[in-house]
Amino acid sequence: MSTLEIRDLQVSVGGTQILNGITLTINSGEVHAVMGPNGAGKSTLSAAIMGKPGYEVTGGSVKLDGQDVLAMPTWQRAVAGLHLVMQYPTEVPGVKLSEVLSEALVARHATLPNLNKTINEEAARISFDTELVNRAVNVDFSGGEKKRNETLQLAVLKPKIAILDELDSGLDIDALRDCAKRVEDATNETGMGALVITHYSRLFEELKPDFVHILAKGRIVKSGGPELADELERDGYAAYAEAAK
Amino acid sequence: MTTALELPSTEEEIWRYSRINELDMSKFASGKLTTTVEGGEGVQLTGAVATALVGSGMHVQPDMFAQMNTDTPDVIALQIGKNKVHTQTVVITHSVDKSGVVAYPRLVIDAAENSEIVVVERFTSADNVHSLVVPVVEVHAAQSARVTYLAINELGKNTWQIGHQVAVGERDSNVRLFTVALGGDYARMRAEVRLVGQGASAQQTALYFADGTQMHDFRTLQSHEAPRTHSDLLFKGAVKDTSKSVYTGLIKITENGTKTEAFQTNRTLTLSRGAWAESVPNLEIETNDVKCSHASTVGPIDDDQRFYLESRGVPPEIAERLVVFGFFDEVIDRLPQSEFLAGIRDKVIAKLGGTK
Repeated sequence: MSTLEIRDLQVSVGGTQILNGITLTINSGEVHAVMGPNGAGKSTLSAAIMGKPGYEVTGGSVKLDGQDVLAMPTWQRAVAGLHLVMQYPTEVPGVKLSEVLSEALVARHATLPNLNKTINEEAARISFDTELVNRAVNVDFSGGEKKRNETLQLAVLKPKIAILDELDSGLDIDALRDCAKRVEDATNETGMGALVITHYSRLFEELKPDFVHILAKGRIVKSGGPELADELERDGYAAYAEAAK
Repeated sequence: MTTALELPSTEEEIWRYSRINELDMSKFASGKLTTTVEGGEGVQLTGAVATALVGSGMHVQPDMFAQMNTDTPDVIALQIGKNKVHTQTVVITHSVDKSGVVAYPRLVIDAAENSEIVVVERFTSADNVHSLVVPVVEVHAAQSARVTYLAINELGKNTWQIGHQVAVGERDSNVRLFTVALGGDYARMRAEVRLVGQGASAQQTALYFADGTQMHDFRTLQSHEAPRTHSDLLFKGAVKDTSKSVYTGLIKITENGTKTEAFQTNRTLTLSRGAWAESVPNLEIETNDVKCSHASTVGPIDDDQRFYLESRGVPPEIAERLVVFGFFDEVIDRLPQSEFLAGIRDKVIAKLGGTK
């Protein structure tokens, strides 16, 4: 059982305050959706939790099983059990996915005896072309290939808590189903907790949220169950953007 | 003799940014390198016929160092006959064994029509050797000849190099010039390719990595003097600690060079705050109907690439190594397969890991 505890998190970027105190608790096996309009601070939340340079935490705390996440460099946050699926995965010329995973596992003192076999099995599960495993990470990948690649890494590295930043953006319906289903399976099979940041609810057909939080202007303005996503789908964000003022 | 000559100065454009002002020729006396040649059977010439080949590829002396080499060269001449393919890689290894020496190794590769040859030339010395190597390699590729040349600079930390590579490509020939520069104190290479026959092509590729107080200095020329000629230059390097690198390159297309394609890319990673790199690409085009591009970048490792790897749990020093190797990957991919590639890789790792 693991817990990611975000308390009163305040973050600024380039001197501008973006997050005005976010409080969220994510336990193993739980799926928390954070939804909000453009500019609400959704991506800032994921970047700050992972320690991306340029995102300055000005207040609050983030703890994983009691450990102070904010005191760790990025790589140790990942080793501790956090994993970020990026909205726009970075192209890294000349560096193969197998090299990245191999080094990531070494850092976890968890060398898989047969990494390639695991990669191939996981790739098959989400219809990821294994040819791409031996190409430079994300370089010349399509939008769907990039997100499948992100999902594959998550499946191999088995984090305690995953943060998914707009997994659905740029995805066709098949890729979306494959990726969302794999994340849902991870919450059931390995008890992974998930913080799912998204603008739309189409992701939830395969990945069922237990909790839905609405983020607007850097604050969580409402929390509820899955029904909240349906309400947003029907009525849009206008009411919440107003409420956050 | 050499002390009487007036050295060039950094006032001259071709010596701009160089360390030529630090050179004191009176510290050096003419001497020899210890040289071995493997795989030269059937193509290596000796004696007067070898000496007679000097000038096969270099018709004018680009500067006084090339001139000094031409005046008193230690010649290795390789000549491959028409339609012959020399299947064995010729490996030349030079060692600078003592301080206070200036040496003038001269390699001539004369490839007759439709022939093929691969040559690797290594320069080595110990770190405590204070000497100067002035190497010249000249390549003459006759019609449809295919020449591959790889220079590996593994000189010690106190050895200087002021070198030249000059190649002339005739009709439909292909010349590939590779340089791997890891060693030397100040190591300069002026690399010039002249494509004088229709359809001639050339690739120039370099991997350089300076650390400590080293400086790597490259001046390149891609000269297109005939129609439908093609050149592609890719120089990628890294500078660490307080080391420096300079790249200046010129694509020159004469009025005969119609339908020419010429590409030039130089990228340098600055791995430390104290490291410095300069990149100056130039174009000089005297005709229309050509396809030409040049690109140059100098900068640190991309923050997003670093963050991406670190967010997977890869520690910073490993992430840096992966990104730097990834950066060099396209150059290493182009290098001819040779027994030296593994050693080059190990040296790059050692340079990345070591702090000075």
